[in-house]
Amino acid sequence: MSTAVKMVNITKTFPGITANDNVNFEVKKGEVHGLLGENGAGKTVLMNILYGLYKPDKGQIFVNEKEVKIDNSAVAIKLGIGMVHQHFMLVPSLTVAENIVLGREPKKYELLLDIKKTLKDIEALSARYRLDVDPKASVCDLPVGVQQRVEILKALFRGAEILILDEPTSVLTPQEVEGLFDAIRALTGQGKSVIFISHKLKEVCAICDRITVLKKGKVVGTVEKKETTPDALAEMMVGREVIVALKKEHVEPGKPVLKVQGLNALNDRKLPALRDVDFEVHEYEILGLAGVEGNGQTELVEVLTGVRELRSGNILFDGKPVTHASPHERIGMGISCVPEDRQKNGLIMDFSVLENLMLGRHDRPPFATKWFRLNLSKATGFADRVIQEYSIKAPGTGTLARHLSGGTQQKVIVAREFSRKPRVIIASQPTRGLDVGATEYVREKLVEMRDQGCAVLLISADLDEIFALSDRIAVIYEGRIVAVKEAGQTNELELGLLMTGGKR
Amino acid sequence: MSHRKFGSTVRRLLRGAWSILWAGLRGAVPQVIAILAAFLVGAIVLVATGHSPIDAYSSVLAGAFGDSYHIGQTLTQATPIIFTSLAFLFAFKCGLFNIGAEGQLLIGGFAAAVVGISFAGLPVYIHLPLALAAGAGGGALWGFIPGVLKAKFDAHEVITTMMLSYVALYVTSYMVNYPFLEPGSWVPQTVFVAPSAELPRILPPTQLSGSIVVALVMVSLTAYVLERTTLGYEVRAIGLNPSAAQSGGINVKRGMILALLISGALAGLGGAGEILGVHRRFIDGFSPGYGWDGLAVALIGGLNPFGVVLASILFGALRSGGMVMNQVLGVPLDVVFLVQALVVLFVAAPRLIRYLLKRGGYRW
Repeated sequence: MSTAVKMVNITKTFPGITANDNVNFEVKKGEVHGLLGENGAGKTVLMNILYGLYKPDKGQIFVNEKEVKIDNSAVAIKLGIGMVHQHFMLVPSLTVAENIVLGREPKKYELLLDIKKTLKDIEALSARYRLDVDPKASVCDLPVGVQQRVEILKALFRGAEILILDEPTSVLTPQEVEGLFDAIRALTGQGKSVIFISHKLKEVCAICDRITVLKKGKVVGTVEKKETTPDALAEMMVGREVIVALKKEHVEPGKPVLKVQGLNALNDRKLPALRDVDFEVHEYEILGLAGVEGNGQTELVEVLTGVRELRSGNILFDGKPVTHASPHERIGMGISCVPEDRQKNGLIMDFSVLENLMLGRHDRPPFATKWFRLNLSKATGFADRVIQEYSIKAPGTGTLARHLSGGTQQKVIVAREFSRKPRVIIASQPTRGLDVGATEYVREKLVEMRDQGCAVLLISADLDEIFALSDRIAVIYEGRIVAVKEAGQTNELELGLLMTGGKR
Repeated sequence: MSHRKFGSTVRRLLRGAWSILWAGLRGAVPQVIAILAAFLVGAIVLVATGHSPIDAYSSVLAGAFGDSYHIGQTLTQATPIIFTSLAFLFAFKCGLFNIGAEGQLLIGGFAAAVVGISFAGLPVYIHLPLALAAGAGGGALWGFIPGVLKAKFDAHEVITTMMLSYVALYVTSYMVNYPFLEPGSWVPQTVFVAPSAELPRILPPTQLSGSIVVALVMVSLTAYVLERTTLGYEVRAIGLNPSAAQSGGINVKRGMILALLISGALAGLGGAGEILGVHRRFIDGFSPGYGWDGLAVALIGGLNPFGVVLASILFGALRSGGMVMNQVLGVPLDVVFLVQALVVLFVAAPRLIRYLLKRGGYRW
C-alpha cells in the first residue's frame, strides 16, 4: 500500500503551549488510521494543520508522496483532503442536496443550479458509499447522525480521497455509530483513507487498522491494531510521566459534608448528561473525579453550583437538602467553585481584579453596607491583603482581569473562592493551561484547604493530577460513576480503562 | 493638618482629577473625530448645494450658543435627550438593548399629565413630586413588561420594547384624542396641568425648565448607582458576562428586569419633564423622536453618564441652531439632520455592529 499522507516533524506552538512537538504521522491508502489521545493532546491541531486551518511552525507535509504547502482549506480540498468537524458546518435552512453541492454547484447556462444533475450526482454518491440520505430534506429537520452523513457526502462530492473525521461518534447513538462504521468500511473498500480522531478506545479498536497515540503534543507511538490491546493503548494514552512530588500528609477524613444521591440531568442538547450519580465528599478529604472530558463533568459542576436544573436526585450539604437552593444561597453556605472555563464562568474579564475578587460577596458585609452601597475602601483593603497572601502578580487592584496572564487569572479565582473560608470546594480542571509554577501553586493550595478541613471535589481529566491530590478516586464515564476506589488501591492503567469505557 | 500634608493632599487630588480628565479626553478622541468628520461631510454637501459652509455653520453656532436665549433653547432641546440616552445607557450596561425609550417617554409624559390635571389643589411640594413619580412609574411599567418577557420567556427585548413603543404611541394618541381631549379643542391635547404640578421655567422667555435640573440629578444618580452600589455592580456584571455573574450568585433574571425597569423610569421621567416643564399639557406627538435620539446619543456619549450630557447638548444645539440657520439663510434643515445622522453613523455604527456581532456569537 502506498502512502496517502505523510507529516514529518510537525511542530506548532501557541502562546504558552506546544500543541504539536515534532510529530510524525503517516496514513496509507485505503486504511482507517486512528488518532488517539486525551483532550488537549494535539489531535485536532494536527488535523487542522493538514486541512490548512493552521500553519505549522515547522515540518513538512507530503500528499501522495509529493511535498505540498497547505496554506488554506481550499488547497487541502484541491489535494483531496476532506474534514468533518466536531461541530457541523451545514446551512440548516438549505436542503441536503444544496448543502452538499454548496460552492461547487452543477450549473445550467452558467447561472442556474442544475437541480436534476445535482440530485443524480448525489444519489449516485450516496449509493456508492452506503450513505443513505434524502437529498430534498431540509438539514434542520434531520437528526445529528444524518447531518454527519451529509457532511461526509459534502467532503466526498468535493473529491476527498483522505477523509478526516474529528470525534465523529461523540454525537451519535450506538446504532448510528454502527451505520457510520459501515460507511467507513465502504469508503476504505474503494481505496479512500480515513483518519479517525477519538479518545474512545473501544471504537478505535473496532474500526481502525493502525493507531497513532498522541500525548501532550508528542507521538507516543504508532501500532497495528492486530498487535495491540485496549490495555496497552490506555497505558500509552495516559501513561505516567515524572511530576514534581507534592507533599501531602495523610489526614483522617471526617463526616460527609457534600452528599449527592441519584442525580439525573440533561445537557444543553437535552440529552442525558448525568445518570444516577451518587457520591459523597468528607471533611479533610479530596475526592478526585477522573474522566475524559465531556462525560458529564461540566453538567455535574453546574448542578452542584445551582446553575443547571436537576431532573431528579438530591444534593445534601451537612445533611440538609440544598437541591433547590440558588447559586447565591449556596455561596453563602460555603460552597466554593473553581470553574473549568475561567474566562467564561470564573471571571468577568472587563472587571478589575478588585471587582472580580468581590464577586459572590459583593452584596454582603463588609463589601456592602445596609443601603446597597459598595464599601470600596473595605473592598480595596481586602483585595490588597488577598493579592499579598495569594501572591497575585497584578500591577494593582484596578487592573482588568483581561490584562492578566492565565495563571494569574486562575490565582484571582482561587483567592476569591478560598478566602471565603468554604466548607466545600469544587475544583474543575483547576490547572488546565497553567504553567508548572502556577500548577504547583494551585495544587498546594487545594491540599492546604483539605488540611484545614475542607471537603474538596477535584474534577480532572489529568490522571497525574488525580493521583497527586486525591484521597479517594471516582471515575465518571458517560454520565455515570463507574467506580470509586481508594487512591492507594488503583493505578493509571485501571483508571485509564474505566475512563474510556473499556471495563465495567 | 500640617502644611506639608495639606500640600501633598492637594497635589494628590490634582493628580487624580487630571488623570480622570485625561482618561476622559483620551476616551473621547473617536467621538471628536467623528463629529469633525460629520461636519466636514456636511460642509461638502453645503458647497455642492450652493451654500457657504462657513456662513451656515456660524449661523448654527450663533443659533445654538449666541446668547442666553439661544443657549436656553439648546438646553431645552437637550433635556429630554439626556433622559432617553441615560435610559438606553442603563439597560445597555446590563447587556440589554432598550430601544423603546420613545414609548416609555410617551407613557411617562401621559401619566404625569393625568396626575398633574387630576389633583389640583394639592400643595406644590406634594403635587409636583407626585406627577414626576407618576411619569417615572409609567415609564418603569413600560420597561418592566419587556423585562419580565425577557426573563420568563426569553423574548428578545429589541422586539418587545419596540413593539411596546407603538402601543404607547397609539394608546396615548387615543387617550388624548378622545377621553382626555380638551373640550372644544381642534388640536389633540389635554387641558393644562394644575400650576402646582408645573416645573418652573428657569430662563424665561425660553422654555428651559426645572426638568434639566432633574436630568442632571439623574445623571449623577445613574453614575453613582452604576459605580457605587451593589445593584450597579450586578447590572454591569450581567452585562459583561452573564454566565460568570450567575456563577457568582447574581440573579441574572432579576437584574435584567430591574435594569429595564429603571431604564424605563428614566425615559418616563424625561416625558414627565417635557409635559410639566415645557408644554404644561399632553399634546399628541409632542416628541419628535427623543427616544430614538437617546440610543444614538448614549453611544456618542461613550456610554458614560457625563459624556451623555455633552452629546445631548450637541444634539440640542444642532436642533435649535439648525432652525435658526434655516430661518436666516434658507438653508434646508435637512443639512442639520444629515450632520446628526453622520455623527451617529461615524460614532455609533462601529460600536453597535461590534456589539450586535458579539451578541450573535461572532468574534470581532
